Amino acid sequence: MKLHIKNGRVIDPANGIDAVQDLFIVDGKIAALGSAPGGFMADQSIDASGLVVAPGLVDLSARLREPGYEYKATLESELQAAMQGGVTTLVCPPDTDPVLDEPGLVEMLKHRARIVDQANVHPLGALTVGLKGKALTEMAELTEAGCIGFAQAEEPILDTTVLLRAMQYAKTFGFTVWLRPQDAHIGIGGVAHSGPLASRLGLSGVPVMSETIALHTIFELMRATGARVHLCRISSAAGLELIRAAKKEGLDVSSDVGVHHLHMTDADIGFFDSNARLTPPLRSQRDRDAIRAAVLDGTVDAICSDHTPVDDDEKLLPFGEASPGATGLELLLSLTLKWAQDQQDLDAALALAISRITRDAARIAGLPAGTLGVGAAADVVLFDPNARWKVEGKTLASQGKHTPFLGYELAGQVKATVVRGRVAYQR
Amino acid sequence: MPILQNNPQLNKNGELQHLLTIEGLKKAHIDHILDTASSFVGISDREVKKVPLMRGKSVFNLFFENSTRTRTTFEIASKRLSADVINLNIQASSTTKGESLLDTIDNLAAMHADMFVVRHAQSGAPYMIAQHLNRTRSDVHVVNAGDGRHAHPTQGLLDMYTIRHYKKDFTNLRVAIVGDILHSRVARSDIHALTTLGVPEVRAIGPHTLLPGGLDQMGVRTFTNIDEGLKDVDVIIMLRLQNERMSGALLPSAQEYFKSYGLTPERLALAKPDAIVMHPGPMNRGVEIDSAVADGAQAVILPQVTFGIAVRMAVMSILAGTHA
Repeated sequence: MKLHIKNGRVIDPANGIDAVQDLFIVDGKIAALGSAPGGFMADQSIDASGLVVAPGLVDLSARLREPGYEYKATLESELQAAMQGGVTTLVCPPDTDPVLDEPGLVEMLKHRARIVDQANVHPLGALTVGLKGKALTEMAELTEAGCIGFAQAEEPILDTTVLLRAMQYAKTFGFTVWLRPQDAHIGIGGVAHSGPLASRLGLSGVPVMSETIALHTIFELMRATGARVHLCRISSAAGLELIRAAKKEGLDVSSDVGVHHLHMTDADIGFFDSNARLTPPLRSQRDRDAIRAAVLDGTVDAICSDHTPVDDDEKLLPFGEASPGATGLELLLSLTLKWAQDQQDLDAALALAISRITRDAARIAGLPAGTLGVGAAADVVLFDPNARWKVEGKTLASQGKHTPFLGYELAGQVKATVVRGRVAYQR
Repeated sequence: MPILQNNPQLNKNGELQHLLTIEGLKKAHIDHILDTASSFVGISDREVKKVPLMRGKSVFNLFFENSTRTRTTFEIASKRLSADVINLNIQASSTTKGESLLDTIDNLAAMHADMFVVRHAQSGAPYMIAQHLNRTRSDVHVVNAGDGRHAHPTQGLLDMYTIRHYKKDFTNLRVAIVGDILHSRVARSDIHALTTLGVPEVRAIGPHTLLPGGLDQMGVRTFTNIDEGLKDVDVIIMLRLQNERMSGALLPSAQEYFKSYGLTPERLALAKPDAIVMHPGPMNRGVEIDSAVADGAQAVILPQVTFGIAVRMAVMSILAGTHA
């Protein structure tokens, strides 16, 4: 199978490319950029005039809800959503039912994903059995089964000794520990950022110190163990300041933010809109501005969709009872581009934005994705950066129809998604 | 970049469709309710304590959280307006059988409810119901009878009625709210009402563990020392301290709370000589308030209850559109 993508603006931050070029794909791999390799005869060609041609997106947090929550979403629906969103590689957290703490469960998930044959699915294994924070999982076995790292998802570890041991053990094998910094007590049960809005609406708060106290603990444990840690979905200016210092100190740490937090604040809760109930909560404008700046200066390495499909039964509830989370796979690109559009140097910002959802994310996950380098797997997204689309439940492929961006018109529409050299989606 | 959402409690003409919170109401809205209430105060003293303003209308009291007092006052207010009242104690009913909140609302609306009086343990629950009805049954009204820590607008309004009755003018008052502000929907509704009506100084008094952040943005001065906070105030609003908060991580004991924040005759003497003492009830004598104050000449706690009926009649009749 030979695919020719013509006349597109190729933006490939991994190789420092931003130019109108043709892209040639042979047998699932990038064969050449610019001029055709010898003897190339296209089986299929796509005219990408006016489109950006970029590496397929790498999403560091997408819940597919399998196994256990198939009523909320299935691999079929969510991987279709990934294709419509241009996401060709995704990392899924272990908080399924049962929790991904046994190699057999991971193998089954990988097997299901291979059958659906769309985006590349890379699970995170549970750091502790059942995410209960007590006993370590068989990390080496889980890695053999396909896990690319180990996480606690939304479950904090009550016993810091266990976290210390988990990091020592992960360090032994060179595994990365993925943690969303949250204190095990402060802010538990909270539903909104602790601040004037939560006070006014009478919502229980999650203070910023929930994040910063946990970061202090994690950094101390990193100093003691030398473990590599990826920090997931940072929400506060104070948290980012600590990460900035930790990086400067030389700790082996990286971080990501959820794409919603690039744009929204707690004020978007408005009159108790449960679509804006997210974990971590949307914070103040100052926090939002710090997140936007940190994406620019590299304190934040990657942007993830934090895709969390929630069904109506769990969302159409009073704010405090509604399940947190929003659909995100199909919004990741547009919302990341929206950040770029607000920057001063548009072209540089566009390349940087793409880098944060391709190359940088792949580097964190340790995956050979997010690049259009010759010989790499041909995972490619073609999108029109100017085409506008309206976020509506009926047009989203994801089974999760809830997002605080419902009704918004966003720029940046995926026109085609290529996975391992096959055109998996085209509109 | 928030999309400007329509305030769900107002209709297109800016009139009250529901009463969900006092925040965002205009002074004119509040004045209208208080003026209407004053025309109802006399009805309770008549031999026939009824007016036919809501004859043929059905009011459903939907109490997802226990309350005898508030439910009773709404029931009395409905009956004095000649409405039919149906009391539903939902905890013990369908939601425990798995029916969703909005399914319950749809079913009751199909029984031709005209008004829902809603109490719910979750902040914002009446909003969800009102927004749903705005889409499906725009002729049905919602009155928030207390939601989580968020709002208790009829309590706030009856407090304003009481203050107006005794003090006439709001624009020269100092008002102190004392106690568990953090968990109090009454405090939030009172604060919004007082600032909207032009009270120049609203004070909140309590220990740091019971004062929420962001009170200054709501136009409130905070005090942790009650003696300083009560100095020269015209109105003292005491809040109930819930039993479960009396000992634990928020407060060590009821005794220490009374010692530090209880309203005693000595402390009351720090306020203006003609200061009034209010309490939304039910009171914990000896915890937040000394009996000598609760039963004293400056207490207006029972008149609050009486005015509460008239204020709830006013709110319901205005919403029902039957009052000119």
